[in-house]
Amino acid sequence: MTTQTRKLRRSKKPPLRWQRVVLYAVLVAFAIFYLMPVYVLIATGLKSFAEANLSRMWDLPKGLHFDSYVKAWFGSEAEGFRGLNVNFMNSVYLTVPATIISAMWGSINGYILAKWKFRGSDVLFPLLLFGMFIPYQSILIPLVQTLQKINLFGVKFYGSIPGLILAHVIYGIPITTLIFRNYYAGIPTELVEAARIDGANIFGIYRHVLFPLSVPGFVVVMIWQFTSIWNDFLFAATVTSNPATQPITVGLNNLAGSYIVEWNVQMAGALLTALPTLLVYIFLGRYFMRGLMAGSLKG
Amino acid sequence: MLGVRCDHPQQVEDSGALFMPTPKAPLFSGLVVMERPMRRLNWERVVSILLIAPAVIAIAIFVYGFIGWTAYSSLTKWDKLLPDFTLVGLSNYRKLFANQRFQIDLRNTVVFTVLFLISCLIIGFVLAILLDQRIRGEGVFRSIYLFPMSISFIVTGVVWRWLLNPGSAELGSTGINALFDMVGLGFLKTGWYTDPNIGIKAVAIAATWQMSGYTMAMYLAGLRAIPEELREAARVDGASEVQIVRHIILPLLQPITLSAVIVLGHISLKIYDLIVSMTGPGIGFATDVPAYYMWDTTFRGNHFARGAAVAIILLVMVAVLIVPYLVWSTRTEAEV
Repeated sequence: MTTQTRKLRRSKKPPLRWQRVVLYAVLVAFAIFYLMPVYVLIATGLKSFAEANLSRMWDLPKGLHFDSYVKAWFGSEAEGFRGLNVNFMNSVYLTVPATIISAMWGSINGYILAKWKFRGSDVLFPLLLFGMFIPYQSILIPLVQTLQKINLFGVKFYGSIPGLILAHVIYGIPITTLIFRNYYAGIPTELVEAARIDGANIFGIYRHVLFPLSVPGFVVVMIWQFTSIWNDFLFAATVTSNPATQPITVGLNNLAGSYIVEWNVQMAGALLTALPTLLVYIFLGRYFMRGLMAGSLKG
Repeated sequence: MLGVRCDHPQQVEDSGALFMPTPKAPLFSGLVVMERPMRRLNWERVVSILLIAPAVIAIAIFVYGFIGWTAYSSLTKWDKLLPDFTLVGLSNYRKLFANQRFQIDLRNTVVFTVLFLISCLIIGFVLAILLDQRIRGEGVFRSIYLFPMSISFIVTGVVWRWLLNPGSAELGSTGINALFDMVGLGFLKTGWYTDPNIGIKAVAIAATWQMSGYTMAMYLAGLRAIPEELREAARVDGASEVQIVRHIILPLLQPITLSAVIVLGHISLKIYDLIVSMTGPGIGFATDVPAYYMWDTTFRGNHFARGAAVAIILLVMVAVLIVPYLVWSTRTEAEV
């Protein structure tokens, strides 16, 4: 129907040629605006140290030099700064478990809130959701004090990756629950009832009906959590103060805030920091979009 | 009304069919039918509550309990590393509102929020309308506009710090200023974030770069939901394309605009990472914001009570924006 009317419209009123040209010109201009920082990032990172001159920022690199990346990754003992390799791995150790745990937990919460509504669940849900909008500054002081007191089996939670995992998993509950709840609400109740008739209980319905259908939901939630945990700075900077345990956003900020680090090394570091989430976006962009839309509640 | 969504009356009938009453005991049949599913539902209801309980308890403690704890701290004398919970009433708040840095911060937040919101909404809307014109390579354009969303504000800050670096006498122009020189727009050169009159507005440019694609995606989704027939009918009635946008599309996209304002608004009130990596508090606090002040005064200055007070003010600002929206949006959802 829509394609038909669109075809109809095209034949009836052919768009003027110059209008199309202007249209594409505006779109390309905006594309250049969005890509401009990427150009600077990549071009600068590839320049040799002699070439990386601030006032010639826009010049193309004369050859391919990976010195900046090497320096950003391994650091430089001579100049006295750390590379991002340790921070990168810290971010991996933080992001992977935190993402998996919050996705599993969110899936269970979403299942209950979508298919096992109880008295008060309609009040509970917005109260839960409020947690994803709060400025985390308002919980930071108690969080630090609490983490300082937690010491499970000799693992300290303050200043460590487990502490950060805990924080991200807990403050990830609202968004993961929201996405899964909306996802499961879209699965017909008839399917649940059919499983009931076959004798499935609350666990069986999840295990045999909802969980097998959850793959897209898990992909959306995991991409969302991966991106936001990888990109987080506030928790990371507050909870970890030792450079050896800091995630990559904090590492990059230290690198960029240091006057001894050349700006082309900073640019290379910025690209290394952005790379994992950029790759996720490039390859799984469709699912990334769905997470974004869920973030605005009415998807 | 229903306790558990699964216990529809239909359900009982269905399972009743499974337990067909024997002709010998017709009187008890009803009991047998009713009893079994009810008992099963009861333990399952308990289990369902037990399954959601950890999340509810975690949020109750880590969100509401902690907010309460912060609020309490903001009423105390806690001004060094060691906690001091002597209550002093609202004096921290009084001092804050009299504090020059905090006044500048509030003004910066207002300027930043207004600029950031307006530019994201306009750019996002224009891009969505343009992309909706059956563009070849629409997917490519969309991906380019949206990719900044996927990267950290820290990365954005590091890059834009260099892009908006005005340069110096010995270096000449750098970044965007150098670009202006190259294309003959040299008169547009300014000091960007180093100019106290621009300050936070330069940060808003970087933030717009990052978030306007998101607004575009929201509007585009909204546009695609408007039936083509509606526009077609308007065209038949002789409406121009501009009139269609003005009188049909804009009003229909109002809910999207509201969502975008809420989402962007709460991001803008909380903006912190971008400030840290791009400018810091700036000369004369030209780029300082409450979220930055809170962290600075709490974890660098050890003025915990004051930091808690800033945090609570920040929370109230966000809550004023978010709570009505949350109530409205879960209510309309329940009606559907």
